[in-house]
Amino acid sequence: MSDTHAQTVPFVRDTMLPPSDPPAREAGAIHWLRQNLFSGPVNTVLTIIGVLIVWFLVSHFWDWFAHSVWNANSLSECRQIIAETWGEGARGACWAVIRERWNQYVYGFYPPALYWRPTMAFGLLFLALAPVLFSESPGIRRIVLGLATVLTLWLMVTLNAPAAWLVFAAVMLIGGLAVSERHVSWLLIFSVLYPLMGVWFLWGGSAWGPIMVLAGPLLGWIAWLALGRVSGLLATVVALVVPLVWWYFYAGEAASDAESLVSLAIPAVASDRFGGFLLSITIGVAGIAMSLPLGIVLALARRSDMFLVKSLAVIFIEFIRGVPLIALLFVASLLLNYFLPPTVTFDIILRVIIMVTLFSAAYMAEVIRGGLAALPKGQYEAADALGLDYWKAQRLIVLPQALKISIPGIVSTFIGMFKDTTLVTFVGLYDPLKSMSDAVRASTSWKGIYWEPYIFVGFIFFLICFGMSRYSMYLERRLARGHR
Amino acid sequence: MLIYDRRYRSMTFQVIVFILVMALAWWLVNNTIRNLAALGKDFNFGFLWQRAGYDIPQTPIPYTSDDTHLRAAFVGLLNTLIVSILGCIAATFVGIVAGVARLSNNWLIARLMTVYVEAFRNVPLLLWILIVFAVFTEVMPPPNAFRGDDPAASMILFDHVALTNRYTAIPTLAMTNDPGSLDLGARITFNWATIAFVVVLIAGWIARRMIRDWAQRVQDQTGGRPTTWWMSLAVMTVPSLLLILYFGLHFETPELRGFNFSGGINVQNGLVALWLALTLYTGAFIAEIVRAGILAVNRGQSEAAFALGLRPRRTMSLVILPQALRVIIPPLISQYLNLMKNSSLAIAVGYMDIKGTLGGTTLNQTGRELESIVLMMGVYLVLSLIISAGMNLFNARVKLKER
Repeated sequence: MSDTHAQTVPFVRDTMLPPSDPPAREAGAIHWLRQNLFSGPVNTVLTIIGVLIVWFLVSHFWDWFAHSVWNANSLSECRQIIAETWGEGARGACWAVIRERWNQYVYGFYPPALYWRPTMAFGLLFLALAPVLFSESPGIRRIVLGLATVLTLWLMVTLNAPAAWLVFAAVMLIGGLAVSERHVSWLLIFSVLYPLMGVWFLWGGSAWGPIMVLAGPLLGWIAWLALGRVSGLLATVVALVVPLVWWYFYAGEAASDAESLVSLAIPAVASDRFGGFLLSITIGVAGIAMSLPLGIVLALARRSDMFLVKSLAVIFIEFIRGVPLIALLFVASLLLNYFLPPTVTFDIILRVIIMVTLFSAAYMAEVIRGGLAALPKGQYEAADALGLDYWKAQRLIVLPQALKISIPGIVSTFIGMFKDTTLVTFVGLYDPLKSMSDAVRASTSWKGIYWEPYIFVGFIFFLICFGMSRYSMYLERRLARGHR
Repeated sequence: MLIYDRRYRSMTFQVIVFILVMALAWWLVNNTIRNLAALGKDFNFGFLWQRAGYDIPQTPIPYTSDDTHLRAAFVGLLNTLIVSILGCIAATFVGIVAGVARLSNNWLIARLMTVYVEAFRNVPLLLWILIVFAVFTEVMPPPNAFRGDDPAASMILFDHVALTNRYTAIPTLAMTNDPGSLDLGARITFNWATIAFVVVLIAGWIARRMIRDWAQRVQDQTGGRPTTWWMSLAVMTVPSLLLILYFGLHFETPELRGFNFSGGINVQNGLVALWLALTLYTGAFIAEIVRAGILAVNRGQSEAAFALGLRPRRTMSLVILPQALRVIIPPLISQYLNLMKNSSLAIAVGYMDIKGTLGGTTLNQTGRELESIVLMMGVYLVLSLIISAGMNLFNARVKLKER
């Protein structure tokens, strides 16, 4: 049939025609411009306004950025260089202040000979974070840990770290990298130990203090094991009480006794030497690490059936949320001494960390409560139907899903808290933004320099906060299981 | 054991928690009493009635250094309220504009707004306050630069506002036919004209509602709705216009006399900087809230409205906005609360809000840390509760009524 037909038709095309180009107005840059910038009168006006704004910004700030000076020892020298290079009356940015005061911005007034200690603590932080943040994706984990290892060791060498500590850091980081390849969860032990280790590296002093703090939970655990056969309830109560008694009455003495027997001390650094980004990151990391668990407990308490527990949680959360952070910081700096026995004194940074933690825990609790409320009721009922008790249901079914839903809120609370660490300037600590810039301006060589320090500090904060928010978006996509 | 019996378990647990909390509270109070006794201090608010002895640059009500600490605290509270209310209004405006613009089809505008939102959201508020304040103190010209036939600086907004490095001179409202003031005692006065305007505006609003209800009744009975827009417009504006004519209300622009501007209000730069920074910072957050609210409305909703034959404007006001508001209002409330609390950063620019008076100078002069801070936190708490109660009422009105 087709054969006969083929003979009747004079011509049959056996190749495809190449597609022709779209009309000139429907493709390319012109089409894009028409589509996105000039699609109507309103849009055209908006585009013109936008171009004017961009032009205003560029024309005002371009020459200032273009005439940057990176090498100078004072503002007057900077101005001289600018005047010589670009003519009299030219404006220019003097980034030399950042170059000259870099160490002060990063480490505050920390003793320069010990700069390697915060650096090592910061490098090890990534190892502690690895099982929590990067357990899902080996690729990212390898990159982050590899970079942290190389950079930390390189920086420690340039900062003249003692060889023994260099070996310690290398063993920890490379060992951690090797362990994480096989069992990421083993690193959790390091994550638990890291806070005490970090405190010791940063503040120095005797290692027996952190060890004795750690001994509290260990003693509690031993008591729990010993009494577990007798009575579960008794064991739990004793396991909770023993560490408290140990910390309150014995830990201090035990630490000083042990120190006099075997000295494990490294040079101590007082809190007033902390400053700059070292201070911000210390407070920020500690606050983030503690506010999440506390926020979860508060959120669960607020959703509890028990009236008293619920109302206590509501009172606490609403009180904290109704008061500015500055007021709480003033409570930390002025009033905490009144509330505690005269013998108990807390370090100012520790007091600030406690207040920042309580503050963001209240916000965290509300975010997580939102996540808990958004979870379909069927999930709770399914957990009940499986016969799980309250804690098992929360741990295995409810919280993993609720926390996943609330990731954006949790991370924006973290970001807010990290930004709020700059407020410690008002209780006399050297934050990088205000106190440090004031300190820089107080010297005769940098008197009158305003914009460069602010822009530099703002840029660093932007990088960290923007990075956190992008990471949360990545995590959200990664953890999405295709249902809502 | 009570803890193993399901009937009493929660009760037992609550009793234990109660005892622990009470013990903690007792411990804290006991420590405080003992510490205060050891320092020879007591806990009383008597210092509030002593002479304050310090000046406040910007006072909404009359205040001198001879007044009491209580009055200083009240001035601080009013200053907090002024910057918070102005900030909330401006931030809402900025936020709505930026949020809608970020969704615009215009590539350039959408990108610009993204840059604005990200730049402000990811940098500490304190930085923006300090930068804006530095712009005012370092870049703006001194008042005497406005002098002469060929001045180095000129006023903006058609010669109405002068930005100087010490203050911002803005026009003030003046009356040719001043009706005098209502004296509330304690040197707090309200001008009768203000009261008249408030009364007239509230009456106009009630009248507008009555007209609307009347139109609805007519429509229910006859099917035809009378044209009411001109009536509504008239009851809202005509009485106010008459009052403006009667009192001879006009703007009085600031003029340079001697070394300073006078005739208008010289607003302290601390207030302007704080207000601007709070506005831009909170505006960025509100922009994200508005954007999320608009995106949350299902596309099918607007398509359905078009299918019903509603015009775009009515689609917006009847279908999209009511649903978007439902998503927008709750986070907006917490942004307003944040703005109010963030206004305590006024201490960075020397603006005397309640943190600066009660929690600052008064605290330092009297040495009453405990009382001052407790009182200040109480004030903030009450303000927060009032704002959230008010906004929750509004939220209850706009939220989805499920049946």
